[in-house]
Amino acid sequence: MTTTVQTLVNQPYKYGFVTEIETETIPRGLSEDVIRLISAKKNEPEFMLNFRLKAYRQWLKMTEPSWPHVHYPPIDYQDITYYSAPKEKDKKKSLDEVDPVLLETFEKLGIPLSEQKRLSNVAVDAVFDSVSVATTFREQLAEEGVIFCSISEALHDYSDLVERYLGSIVPINDNYFAALNSAVFSDGSFVFIPKGVRCPMELSTYFRINTEGSGQFERTLIIAEEDSYVSYLEGCTAPMFDTNQLHAAVVELVTLDNAEIKYSTVQNWYAGDENGKGGIYNFVTKRGLCAGKNSKISWTQVETGSAITWKYPSCVLVGDNSVGEFYSVALTNNKQQADTGTKMVHIGKNTRSTIISKGISAGRSQNSYRGLVKMGSKADGSRNYSQCDSMLIGSDAEANTFPYIQVQNNTTKVEHEASTSKIGEDQLFYFSQRGISVEDAVSMMISGFCKDVFNQLPMEFAVEADRLLSLKLEGSVG
Amino acid sequence: MIIENSELILSVRNLAAEVDGTPILKGLNLDIKAGEIHAIMGPNGSGKSTFSKVLAGHPVYTVTGGEVLYKGQNLLELEPEDRARSGVFLAFQYPLEIPGVSNLDFLRVAYNSKRQHEGLEELDAFDFDDLVRERLDVVKMDPAFLDRSVNEGFSGGEKKRNEILQMALLAPTLAILDETDSGLDIDALKIVANGVNQLAKPDNATLLITHYQRLLDYIVPDFVHVMAEGRILTTGGKELAQELEARGYDWVREEDMAEVAAR
Repeated sequence: MTTTVQTLVNQPYKYGFVTEIETETIPRGLSEDVIRLISAKKNEPEFMLNFRLKAYRQWLKMTEPSWPHVHYPPIDYQDITYYSAPKEKDKKKSLDEVDPVLLETFEKLGIPLSEQKRLSNVAVDAVFDSVSVATTFREQLAEEGVIFCSISEALHDYSDLVERYLGSIVPINDNYFAALNSAVFSDGSFVFIPKGVRCPMELSTYFRINTEGSGQFERTLIIAEEDSYVSYLEGCTAPMFDTNQLHAAVVELVTLDNAEIKYSTVQNWYAGDENGKGGIYNFVTKRGLCAGKNSKISWTQVETGSAITWKYPSCVLVGDNSVGEFYSVALTNNKQQADTGTKMVHIGKNTRSTIISKGISAGRSQNSYRGLVKMGSKADGSRNYSQCDSMLIGSDAEANTFPYIQVQNNTTKVEHEASTSKIGEDQLFYFSQRGISVEDAVSMMISGFCKDVFNQLPMEFAVEADRLLSLKLEGSVG
Repeated sequence: MIIENSELILSVRNLAAEVDGTPILKGLNLDIKAGEIHAIMGPNGSGKSTFSKVLAGHPVYTVTGGEVLYKGQNLLELEPEDRARSGVFLAFQYPLEIPGVSNLDFLRVAYNSKRQHEGLEELDAFDFDDLVRERLDVVKMDPAFLDRSVNEGFSGGEKKRNEILQMALLAPTLAILDETDSGLDIDALKIVANGVNQLAKPDNATLLITHYQRLLDYIVPDFVHVMAEGRILTTGGKELAQELEARGYDWVREEDMAEVAAR
């Protein structure tokens, strides 16, 4: 090949370090005893243990999905550690008591937690392996009636809310990985926005996998009562290990009448090396239920990491006039594989959904959009607009689009647009002939391509996401 | 205009180049001095466009022999972006469409990369905006084009005008216009030619690559070269273009063959 678009080389992964910290790690393997052990460690209420056991028994009867357009060797579920946590002396009362090694780790990841350094308008829940180590701004949020804490704490302090909603949006037997998560989830974030409250700051959870061989199974539950609003962002990184690690999360969102949840993800799990060795298997179930009329759930995701991504953040639009949105940028490089998209299930009248998906494939990666738009029989006057654009960098990458459309109501309207473009040698030459470096050229084209999605991110994170994509592709062309 | 003792801007000696192992340029010689307008004419497949891309550094072509000096410097060892920043500009025969990148951003980054190369401070968005709006006049372009993606959905004529707008901003020392007249109607041709004429100065040089004499009615060259088989066969003044128009290219080739045979 005479092109300048040569083999794509990844920018060294800057979050690949391991924190040396004493952990409490249970032996590898999964059984009812392990589940009882996890539940006991967290001193959970009875209903939670029963929930887990029920999920585990369902999971045993289920099989791993084979329909995604991804390939990986069979996972040995008995070779995974299902609970790993930094040893802590006592439950810490304030951030000052959090192990400085952990604070330092998060600071290194760009997530300063200490009072002096943290972002002034973003509250952060920091999750390290299986547990939440700190949540900032809790008191300030509590003044508004907003609850933002780890789900473990919520199980103690707000167990009625958790019991009522947990598993109500993603049932325990929804799919193989959701069942596994329901059985063994260790921590995650819980958010409750009471009626009429507009959450005064961005809420954010930062997930960090540290221990080799441990899986991460976090569970997030966000409840927005009538007339409330919250914007929530999650970020993720992991060290570089040669072995694959499983991350199977479940996120459930629910909005009541006139409420809105904006959920953004910047996913940068370790992707494996350029030959596809190591990396995270990111098998995630995310679903939002627009239960109330005029409510809205908006998913924005920037997926740049993981060896394999399998996720379809979805909206179930039950309330009349409710709105679901999905904005996605999925970047794959080297040997990464992504099968990601959304499901928009229109049940109520005059519901609306928008899907904007941008896939960027470089190296020898595979990038698939898979999306379902379903118009139920009672969804009179509902509308969907989908736009799926793919960009190929180089000539060895693959992009696929698998749209599924099911319409049971002839007053609805579904639109689907798709395009494929390529950053080719001639375009790059055009830039260089105008004195623009190849790196700047790629970065300008990628930013332009992703603009519609980045515009949806909270501003601080939009800049970060833009930078992240450029870094991921740096040195990849030329 | 021909100026006595003006600076030699481009000096090409025995240039040979190939693409995928097929030789295209086979010993090309050409000198261009400051202030001059040169036209290279020739039939399809003569290597005209290849020559322009080799000068600009397109990676698909491999130079297999000869040398190119640009203001005394070895041009061939420079990366394409450095050639551009030091003043070599190629107006493309088929300008590329760049979806998602606004024309204004593209122009600003290009302009500032040149400023940076010259050790000047970058222009901020506001100052640049003023500058570009003033330059729009060179090609009578609607400011609305600035907010559109680079060349996306532009008509053939609009793309060519956009090339000249870029040229007006970057103020190159050596402007190479590859078949800039192709696909233009007479009005657009006049606008483009007028733009090029405005930009030609005593301290820069212009190289027109064209198949037809038509463009040369509006941009009058100081020298006309006839190219075929990867070489320049003959050189004359502007009247040579008219002769070519009247007689076609074959006679040049025949004369050349006779000359070669006589040797």
